[in-house]
Amino acid sequence: MASDATVPLSERPEWSDVVPLSQDDGPNPVVPIAYKEDFRETMDYFRAIYRSDERSPRALRLTEEALRLNSGNYTVWYFRRLVLEELDHDLYEELKFIETIAEDNSKNYQLWHHRRWVAEKLGPDVAGMELDFTRKVLSVDAKHYHAWSHRQWALQALGGWENELDYCHGLLEADVFNNSAWNQRHYVITRSPSLGGLEAMRESEVSYTVKAILANPGNESSWRYLKALYKDDRESWISDPSVSSVCLKVLSRTDCFHGFALSTLLDLLCDGLRPTNEHRDSVKALANEESDTNLASLVCTILGRVDHMRANYWAWRKSKITVAI
Amino acid sequence: MEELPSITVSQREQFLVENDVFGMYSYFDTSDISTQKFMVEIQRDKQLDYLMNGLRQLSPSFSSLDANRPWVCYWIIHSIALLGESLDDELENNTIDFLGRCQGSDGGYGGGPGQLPHLATSYAAVNTLVTLGGDKAFSSINREQMACFLRRMKDTNGGFRMHNMGEIDVRACYTAISIASILNILDDELTRGLGDYILSCQTYEGGIGGEPGSEAHGGYTYCGLATMILISEVDRLNLDSLTNWVVYRQGVEMGFQGRTNKLVDGCYTFWQAAPCVLLQRFFSAQDLVPHGSSHMSQGTDEDHEGHAHDDDPEDSDEDDSDNDSDEDSGNGHQVHTSTYYINRKIQPVFNSLGLQRYVLLCSKDANGGFRDKLRKPRDFYHTCYCLSGLSVAQHAWSKDEDTPPLTRDILGGYANHLEPVHLLHNVVMDRYNEAIEFFHRAA
Repeated sequence: MASDATVPLSERPEWSDVVPLSQDDGPNPVVPIAYKEDFRETMDYFRAIYRSDERSPRALRLTEEALRLNSGNYTVWYFRRLVLEELDHDLYEELKFIETIAEDNSKNYQLWHHRRWVAEKLGPDVAGMELDFTRKVLSVDAKHYHAWSHRQWALQALGGWENELDYCHGLLEADVFNNSAWNQRHYVITRSPSLGGLEAMRESEVSYTVKAILANPGNESSWRYLKALYKDDRESWISDPSVSSVCLKVLSRTDCFHGFALSTLLDLLCDGLRPTNEHRDSVKALANEESDTNLASLVCTILGRVDHMRANYWAWRKSKITVAI
Repeated sequence: MEELPSITVSQREQFLVENDVFGMYSYFDTSDISTQKFMVEIQRDKQLDYLMNGLRQLSPSFSSLDANRPWVCYWIIHSIALLGESLDDELENNTIDFLGRCQGSDGGYGGGPGQLPHLATSYAAVNTLVTLGGDKAFSSINREQMACFLRRMKDTNGGFRMHNMGEIDVRACYTAISIASILNILDDELTRGLGDYILSCQTYEGGIGGEPGSEAHGGYTYCGLATMILISEVDRLNLDSLTNWVVYRQGVEMGFQGRTNKLVDGCYTFWQAAPCVLLQRFFSAQDLVPHGSSHMSQGTDEDHEGHAHDDDPEDSDEDDSDNDSDEDSGNGHQVHTSTYYINRKIQPVFNSLGLQRYVLLCSKDANGGFRDKLRKPRDFYHTCYCLSGLSVAQHAWSKDEDTPPLTRDILGGYANHLEPVHLLHNVVMDRYNEAIEFFHRAA
């Protein structure tokens, strides 16, 4: 599309009527960039048509050249949107253009914002394309923040929820430490119109998560997800035997990190769980010489030792304990 | 490879980084004292050379930051200020002149001369000018037009757009409110619905994401928390889960990661440590107030109306601040809430000396500047946020920025001491005070 990109703009007949506009950097600018000649010239022509507000096909081509030199220039993207609207340009072509820019560098806000603007205009017809596009980006970087945000927006605005839980499952199968995939899973079970919401999903999700925890008790993502399944329902959180039993199972093992099981148990106790002898015994088994009549305090003391990095935090948590157990 | 068939991408990457970091730490631990002393030194001269060179000239590769030049100004000039230095008059005037060319006639600053005004570059420009200090820098900001620009960026959902037709996210909210707060133009129109928007971005993990539904992330968590404090709605957030999430971001490498199960990165030294200190000060103020009024000791609207930094009356134990007899105060052995914080110092809720160790041994580039992690190149962004975070870590024991840290709080001792920053705006404290006074008079 960007024809003659190798010929300087000043030598292209198409641009002979335009006077390039230099950057007004002043006599002694700070942070001056030693632009290469093609960069400087392209931006000089861009400044000229931006100033004259020329919304023409050649202006559209010029924005493409400018974006290939710096895809982080939001003013160029902004002006490109004005031109696209004015020309009633084929927006499917625009989606393809964005993909070519993304191949080079997909980590900028502007590209994704522009993509959202285009997809929003095209509507639900492009739901599948947006899911495919983000899937492609995520296949290279499964934690790409912008790609996930775009995917969530596309699901919400355009639809296509049907296979999303499977997609999350696939990503977690590949890498159960991928917290972005856990976050997406939470997004799906709380917002997908076809799944019935958190409460309807709780039982199956708890069982899924417990399995993941037992396979990797040192994986923070799955522990945080487990707690999220009981958000705003403290009663179920402390009374569901699945939660305290996964803690006990992990604590009884000698081959793994106990920090998350202990901190989850601490949360349960602080939220009102009445500890059984089994709880007490499994905690005491981990205590060296430490003792405390208050079980929650004892858990904090042990955490201060086994999770020494956060010793100050656990001391602070201990100071906040109000339950007498 | 056959022996470890089940290792995932996350585990593999984490393993490689830990290997580098622990290798560095074990080299440090087995070195003699003079080598260790050299290794943890900030090396101010090298830092200043790197920073001053960038201010004067940038190579063609910086074309990718051509729409972020006020940011480059801020990263460099704030770093210089953290080191306790300032620019000469000529460079200062050149900076004021250059930023003036980035200021739009309808308010706000763009990423370079003639570019569309943008909230993030406006924040960078305002913070740069505040850091320069002086009436000329302050009065170069068109406050009235800035107020109009901020109102134009306000969205009906309560949040802000980055620019005309731009994206709405928590960064935009923070930069808008930070600017409005410093320039003393914060009003109900700007804050309306904003708390609800930020609240909708706090995730099930406890941290804050970029927009509703997005994953909890260090940068957005700082932005969201600072915004909520600035608009006096911080207690609407779930602060217990926020604290829990943020302290868990400090890993075995001792630096902070940005998200759960992601790699450590030096820039989160600021984005995660600043929330830790903001939260610990919030909780300690709460503990010390007999009837539990929750009010941060800095940066709320009320503070701005009066003089810059009148500290809360409950900080009555200031007088023993240099008394070494309470050497063991706040070390975590006390159990009772009532005595835990009533010492001249606050015990940081994170591992401050460990964090300083990561920054100085792994993020510092031997030739000046700071970086994400070992093997990565230095850049001005990481230099700014590593130094800012280092300052936060050094002052994490103090109840406020005006109390100097003890030598033992600073890895490398006072030779490494950095200026304290205002945690909500990330500008050095005395420049903030000067600016607040100026813009209070300007109103």
